[in-house]
Amino acid sequence: MEKSINITLKIWRQASPKAKGEFVTYKLDKVSTDNSFLEMLDILNEKLISERKEPIVFDHDCREGICGMCSLFINGHPHGMDAGTTTCQLHMRRFKDGETITVEPWRSKAFPVLKDLRVDRSAFDKIIQAGGYVNVNTGGTPDGNAIPISKLAADEAMDAASCIGCGACVATCKNGSAMLFVAAKVSQLALLPQGRVEGAARAKAMVSKMDELGFGNCTNTGACEAECPKNISISHIARLNREFLSAKLNS
Amino acid sequence: MWLIDSSIGRKLIMSITGIFLVLFLVFHGTMNFVVLFSAEAYNAIAGFLGANWYALVGTKLLAIGFVVHIIYAIYLSFQNQKARGGESYAVKNNQKSVEWASQNMLVLGVIVLGFMALHLFQFWSKMQLVEISHKLGLDNGGDLALAKDGAYWVKHYFENPVYSVLYIIWLVALWMHLTHGIWSAFQTMGAGGNIWLPRIKVISSILATLIILMFISIPVYFLLGFSI
Repeated sequence: MEKSINITLKIWRQASPKAKGEFVTYKLDKVSTDNSFLEMLDILNEKLISERKEPIVFDHDCREGICGMCSLFINGHPHGMDAGTTTCQLHMRRFKDGETITVEPWRSKAFPVLKDLRVDRSAFDKIIQAGGYVNVNTGGTPDGNAIPISKLAADEAMDAASCIGCGACVATCKNGSAMLFVAAKVSQLALLPQGRVEGAARAKAMVSKMDELGFGNCTNTGACEAECPKNISISHIARLNREFLSAKLNS
Repeated sequence: MWLIDSSIGRKLIMSITGIFLVLFLVFHGTMNFVVLFSAEAYNAIAGFLGANWYALVGTKLLAIGFVVHIIYAIYLSFQNQKARGGESYAVKNNQKSVEWASQNMLVLGVIVLGFMALHLFQFWSKMQLVEISHKLGLDNGGDLALAKDGAYWVKHYFENPVYSVLYIIWLVALWMHLTHGIWSAFQTMGAGGNIWLPRIKVISSILATLIILMFISIPVYFLLGFSI
């Protein structure tokens, strides 16, 4: 049965990267609990446009939890309070009638705010460019299953590869560390024979880029794992540490 | 040098010095526990640790371990604070699985360090320092006979319930520091995967608890009205 709620939103508005931002309060009545959080923001933006006001800028794309584009720090949690979901998978039925919802952008030195709730996450792209790939000699298509891979390794690599690079780990970390992201990207390749070859160089290059971009030092609080919409485990961070330390000790 | 330039290198130094300090605590805790059974045996162990060359080497290594651990803690915390950016969250909540101790290691460390100053003044300055001064021909007013009687100082301070309670507060802070610190050190050194991560956490918690139980048994023993 459809139900509707009245909510108050405290949303961070910031005109440009250098401008000083502030919270602006909006009241929104009769929000259907069947709406997703982003649909609710769309409704708010329609209302703002009809009032000749500037709509709120926020990132979104696929709206089905696979692209990693949506962000938003909602009531103190990245992607809202639910575990294992992205903001686009959050629904208004999770909020109470009359509730005040605080919406903030990701906050981290390496993710500067561009406008309102949108941040620049290109630092993650730079880390990937530093080594998050496999060099392949082009040629004929290899036979399927020519390289045997154990089920355990395949599963764990797949778990790591489910990282969508949204940046929730950095946003929630008290140290602004990108270790969970880098660990997932190093793990997904290091576990498979095709990626294993360049494992040492990759770990060194990606960690060095991560440090250079101003991300913090991991203190193993586990906040990233708890908030990750894809439930990436911090055991991948142990693997990254192992890869990096053995690469350094062997060079 | 990657041990200084890279984040994982800096953390490796934190974990190695941390584990070294844990090993010291295991030794110190075991030694303390003996005092509950025999003051004489306790003094015999303390006797090994006077101004002998090996005890002095050990003390210096320990001091280096502490200093490096503290300097890196401050350095890493400073960098982490910077990485967080200028603006902080208006509302920030943690999931239940995130332990308070893990987010407040620096605070716990400062508490531990503060009480350690008291502890060094009460015991170390009356024991090993007196012996060292004596050996160097200096006189800092300490009594050499009492410097060798560790059990006397234990009784002297812990018979005062104020000190017993202070030491218990100190040890609880240290216990919290260790419950996060030990497994975290193994994680940084790259140990563990899906299966071993939870095991390492459990083993580390047990080790941390055993260490603290050995230490805390002494002030608790005195608070219960017993004496050695």
